[in-house]
Amino acid sequence: MELEKYYYDNRIVKNFAYATVIWGFIGMLVGLLAAIQLIWPFMNLELPYTTFGRIRPLHTNAVIFAFVGNGIFMGLYYSLQRLTKARMFSDLLSNINFWGWQLIIVAAVITLPLGLTTGKEYAELEWWIDIAITLLWVVFGINLMGTIIKRREKHLYVAIWFYIATFITVAVLHVVNSFELPVSFAKSYSMYAGVQDALVQWWYGHNAVAFFLTTPYLGLMYYFIPKAANRPVYSYRLSIIHFWALIFLYIWAGPHHLLYTSLPDWAQSLGTVFSIMLLAPSWGGMINGLLTLRGAWDKVRESVVLKFMVVAITAYGMATFEGPMLSLKNVNAISHFTDWTVAHVHVGALGWNGFLTFGMLYWLLPRIFRTEIYSKKLAGFHFWIGTIGILFYAIPLYWAGFTQSLMWKEFTADGFLKYPNFLETVNQIIPMYRLRVVGGALYLIGVIAMMYNLYKTVKSGKLVANEEAEAPALNNQKFHNPGEHWHRPLERKPVLLLILSLIVILIGGIIEMVPTFLVKSNIPTISSVKPYTPLELEGRDLYVREGCYNCHSQMVRPFRSETERYGEYSKAGEFIYDHPFQWGSKRTGPDLHRVGKKYPDSWHFNHMLDPTSMSPGSMMPSYPWMIEDQLNTATLPAKIRAMQQLGVPYPDGYDKQAMHDLKKQSEEIAAGLSKDNIEVASDREIIALIAYLQRLGTDIKASHLQTAKQ
Amino acid sequence: MKFINYLESISGVSVFPLTSLIVFFLFFILVGLKVYLMDKNVLNEVMNLPLRDDDSNPSNQK
Repeated sequence: MELEKYYYDNRIVKNFAYATVIWGFIGMLVGLLAAIQLIWPFMNLELPYTTFGRIRPLHTNAVIFAFVGNGIFMGLYYSLQRLTKARMFSDLLSNINFWGWQLIIVAAVITLPLGLTTGKEYAELEWWIDIAITLLWVVFGINLMGTIIKRREKHLYVAIWFYIATFITVAVLHVVNSFELPVSFAKSYSMYAGVQDALVQWWYGHNAVAFFLTTPYLGLMYYFIPKAANRPVYSYRLSIIHFWALIFLYIWAGPHHLLYTSLPDWAQSLGTVFSIMLLAPSWGGMINGLLTLRGAWDKVRESVVLKFMVVAITAYGMATFEGPMLSLKNVNAISHFTDWTVAHVHVGALGWNGFLTFGMLYWLLPRIFRTEIYSKKLAGFHFWIGTIGILFYAIPLYWAGFTQSLMWKEFTADGFLKYPNFLETVNQIIPMYRLRVVGGALYLIGVIAMMYNLYKTVKSGKLVANEEAEAPALNNQKFHNPGEHWHRPLERKPVLLLILSLIVILIGGIIEMVPTFLVKSNIPTISSVKPYTPLELEGRDLYVREGCYNCHSQMVRPFRSETERYGEYSKAGEFIYDHPFQWGSKRTGPDLHRVGKKYPDSWHFNHMLDPTSMSPGSMMPSYPWMIEDQLNTATLPAKIRAMQQLGVPYPDGYDKQAMHDLKKQSEEIAAGLSKDNIEVASDREIIALIAYLQRLGTDIKASHLQTAKQ
Repeated sequence: MKFINYLESISGVSVFPLTSLIVFFLFFILVGLKVYLMDKNVLNEVMNLPLRDDDSNPSNQK
């Protein structure tokens, strides 16, 4: 058979490798800064741009989409070419993929600190960046499928299935979750409201974990572990079951982020059931990865690459055991809103994604530069300090999560909350936050050692930009052999595989969402729930801008410990005008859903100016700029019209009336503050924020009042 | 009031959990069968793909 000569594109692999290292360092550094701010709030540098609520999204987006994102492309562009025995479909598309992705990251780095955010976790980027991501993802998809179609290898190795499923599912998730109505270049509103927004968001959020942090990395695991260990995967059969079971089950699991919330009970239970079932394929995959090293464990002692990979798979196993456990309602009742969740995701991010990325980097860069790793000793140092870093990060936070949750729930013998002051439960866990900073810093030191090591490695070699290879062309070969198993042709038809994957993931999504969207027509309209006033709407947008949801939930769960502390539990009907929902996922500070009318306006004013003046010992940053800055109302009429378009029942032509109402309400608040000897102009941002905070959760209080009067 | 009350007003809502169960069940029977019936030679060929890719590189064959 005649051999065709072709060249692997290593330059694109190198580019993505550099990008993942640089963005990884930046993303982790921002994470460290955020962690330090929880001990020393002044480390926000007294600037809005570097305050926790804005940099926490920067950290999560940078680590997920910049560090892991570039890591995915690096490993995928390397392995796909070799598994298909073909150069990437188009160099142009490869380069657009690379530079476009970096541009999107830069856009995120600029917009998130500026407070331009949609307010939905892990999907904070504004509408025009969302469109850019969609286009770029299509470019990536064409390049991926194009390479597969023009391949010289008959069979599609299981890693490629994971890549295909990743491509199609991330596309669906991103598009569905990003339906938003632009008001201006800098602002958009989620088209969904309240409960529906929450369901879509966590369907997306959980599957961002599943199909961005997991499936592509599993594909990489199935390629790089056999390469590094120089032996085939333990069981190919298991990998097939792993693939189908994983993509089928994962898509259903999202509602486990919303247990005990206002989401319909059946949807919560569905999320729980599928999360428990996920344990099977996840552990099947983990075992498959680990057993690939059967009889080769001696290699692990010598190879730092394998060391990183073994810990990565182990971390994957731990995180995917913990995930189903956290989805049990009784466990979730304790873990949710605490640092337990933070510890859980970091076992995944630092252990699974981080260590697999490091393993790939140490394996792949010397190869494409035709050299040896500069210092195996330094790489060994990186491994150990990284591992210790993960332990120092995770264990204190598990401790913190347990401690705080139990304190939230503890009652005295007389039936009162033992720790009615939320701050008491925070101060108790500050030592754990300190240890977490140590853990994060250790991990980052390891990364810095790696950067130096890789720099020296690259310097000592020369990039083989176009690596020569030979293989027979595929069209000479018979595609379908009579009598073979039916699945074989399927494995060779990538487009069919893509469509089947799509169907499999859509089943879960559709069955989960359709009823919840149908519920819309039946939603319990609580008659006293009214749209926000223009000032409150502006205040809410400030709440979103400052990223308050990063530390405060707006979801009182139906537990006695919560209704005692916060008030009446949250009802689905209360959120129907919330575009986007702001339920939050972590209580670094107390829940705010019933904060309205709990304190006087002056309390909020002083608290925002200096939180410690009202709550001594508070770790909340101060927001002096909200008192100095004038509220920008230029887009108010557009916002009102957008809300009307989304179904919020403002009267016709209200966009012209809104400004007048806003001024009236702000003057009332300013006058009220003036009575408490606080002089502030009525056109400052703080006035709008106070209006919103004082409105929170009060509709239902009003309805209670009415019933009581009747 | 619990959500189940609103769901009752959706006609045929019970079809959703039933469909999921059936789809799930059938799907995994099929995957299980497929895996069980796979040809061992093909299996061996495919699972060794990552290890064989270096062969295609002439500089690695020396």
